[in-house]
Amino acid sequence: MLGPFDYAVWFIGTLCEAAVVVCALRRKALRLYLFVNLYMAASVLLSLARFNVFESYGFSSPQYCYFYYYSDATLTILLYFALTSLFAKVFDEIGADHYVKYGAILLLLGTAIFSYGVVQQSSDKLLTKFVVEMSQNLYFVGMVLTYILWAAIMKLRETRTRLIQLVLALGIYFSLHAADYALRNLYPQMYSVYHVLTPLIGFFLPLAWAYAFWRLPEEARLATSRLAVIPR
Amino acid sequence: MMAALILVFSILVLLQFFVSYCRSLIVASSREPLSEEVQDVTGISRNPSADDFVRVVQLLRLCPERPEERGEIKAVGAYFRILGVLRSTVARLIPSVKSWADLERGQCTHFAAVVLGRRITFSRSLLAQQMDT
Repeated sequence: MLGPFDYAVWFIGTLCEAAVVVCALRRKALRLYLFVNLYMAASVLLSLARFNVFESYGFSSPQYCYFYYYSDATLTILLYFALTSLFAKVFDEIGADHYVKYGAILLLLGTAIFSYGVVQQSSDKLLTKFVVEMSQNLYFVGMVLTYILWAAIMKLRETRTRLIQLVLALGIYFSLHAADYALRNLYPQMYSVYHVLTPLIGFFLPLAWAYAFWRLPEEARLATSRLAVIPR
Repeated sequence: MMAALILVFSILVLLQFFVSYCRSLIVASSREPLSEEVQDVTGISRNPSADDFVRVVQLLRLCPERPEERGEIKAVGAYFRILGVLRSTVARLIPSVKSWADLERGQCTHFAAVVLGRRITFSRSLLAQQMDT
């Protein structure tokens, strides 16, 4: 059963995601960061659809369970494409954006094949297990890719403040998720902590992206050397 | 074993991203000079020091909050505390880290003072709107 905290998290989370699209729309950045906004718009729509399925069938129903995991996989793939679009933006200036797109599709296919290889021995619910496995693997691939993108930003001396903040927020979000996943495996008995922690992690990305769209103009620039953890 | 490795790796990556994210917030405000009003209220003249941070944040809490600034203040506050831990641990072994941490903490104070200036302006405009109606 869901309590008032869960309902509040669901409602506020959806509002934060909608805020990203609204801020981007108001600042005329919707098309500039199309996949980022597509991901957030899909998050809002799927959150509403999840609520509808939850109201109709209940939280413990197989319908809700299936819908949750399949919609989560869809969102993970969309987030992966959002990350790829940020990659393409950074590599656009050296004319390597096409290679980035092909590479991203190949990596997605590779992750899918690897995930299938992990779950293929399962006799029942093969597709559902594949979807869950693929979602988890894509999150880890996403974290590594964001780290590589950050290294590229530093190396290429990218100066667009908004783009830098979008990437950094994504990096924090992915690493928080990876840490949360590892902690769940190491200390599964601390369920009450994860019950609060995991939704709070979910708030970070929409809030940081909404801030980047609302407060930072596309023309804002900063020197990446000032962001390095080890001063240059 | 694998989960422990992922945990260590993700915490290291998280720290790197978090520090860079906070610095990107601070750098944007470091070019903004402090208004005379903020200098009067805070007593900060030119170079804000780390010791003023808590006082500036207390002053910030007295002003009406702007929703879009809530997250950045919290993030920079967390960064300030991390730097404090770094200063009292690692910096004892590596003295150059101490001066770097002090400089960064001073910039955190500057950031908080810039936000205070924005909030004072925001409060003024709210008051002016109420006076008009």
